[in-house]
Amino acid sequence: MRLGIIVLALLVFGAPASAESRAGTAGARIVAVPEAAMQGGEAQAQGAQVVTPSAAELELEQRTREVASQLRCPVCQGVSIEDSPTDLARDMRNVIRDQLAAGRSPEEVKAYFISKYGEWVLLEPEPRGFNLAVYVLPILALAGGTGLVAASVRRWVRQGNEEPQP
Amino acid sequence: MKLRSVLIATAVALPLLALFLRGLGMDPRYIPPAIPGQPAPPFELERMAYDPEAEPSEPTSVRLDDYLGHVVVVNFWASWCIPCRQEHPALVAAAERYRDQGVVFFGILYQDQVRNARRWLAEMGGEAYPTLLDPGSRTAIDYGLTGVPETVIIDRDGIVSYKRNGVVTLDLLVREIEAALARSEEAA
Repeated sequence: MRLGIIVLALLVFGAPASAESRAGTAGARIVAVPEAAMQGGEAQAQGAQVVTPSAAELELEQRTREVASQLRCPVCQGVSIEDSPTDLARDMRNVIRDQLAAGRSPEEVKAYFISKYGEWVLLEPEPRGFNLAVYVLPILALAGGTGLVAASVRRWVRQGNEEPQP
Repeated sequence: MKLRSVLIATAVALPLLALFLRGLGMDPRYIPPAIPGQPAPPFELERMAYDPEAEPSEPTSVRLDDYLGHVVVVNFWASWCIPCRQEHPALVAAAERYRDQGVVFFGILYQDQVRNARRWLAEMGGEAYPTLLDPGSRTAIDYGLTGVPETVIIDRDGIVSYKRNGVVTLDLLVREIEAALARSEEAA
């Protein structure tokens, strides 16, 4: 029974870890057609030659996506700039791309957006100050709940042993 | 034993309930403006020709830096934005009222077509102050725009003194413009 609780706890505690790796998977996603190339789509349709993005362009695109996936779209509800199809999100991705291309680091680009939109713009709040509650409280609640269940089960088992079935 | 359980359950449930009730009263779309108190992001934007037939009599681009020493009111708008229609008369009235005090008004067109914007202005009684074009929403993002309408007031020293996401009224504009004028005088 104790093993069961441990397995349960591992399953539940494992969940935040998978959420953290989300940014990583977004970055690792293979970029098939970068947006810069898609904007050249009109030229393609008119019979111009197909644009093959260079390795540097693909790399820039990947870094743009990485930053965009961490920022919140201001005209949506809980969606990143990367995932939003809105015009503003597209324009914001262009700003991110330009700033990265100009040599700014991803952290500097994020700082730019924080200075304009406040910390609100981060999909995952920085783990400091009051924000820590978001990270710590669920773990505390889970630990407390698990302890409560364990104690209750132990008590029920003991009671069951003490009172033989009639 | 039973009483203790009830007390513990209540102690746990009450803060959660309070949090939940507080959340119910909040607007999930409200984003606290971050830029008041900061220097206004500079811009140099092309002025929209209201009447493309007429000869341009004024410079066709507008630089915010040229208006240092003035209180500047910037209103982001679009012809497809319904609340913009509602607030426009207040902006026009405020522009009239403060013209002699050196308060400058600009509209910045957001995600819109010039043709539609011109028609909209004509419907609303003409161009009371210049509208600027913001390709790629660069300036809008610089000002932390979260949707239209949005109004920003910049004091004489070029500091953002007020920003509102949503409809403005004449009362509100008067209050905030007066505050910006007073602040600049204090500093002088």
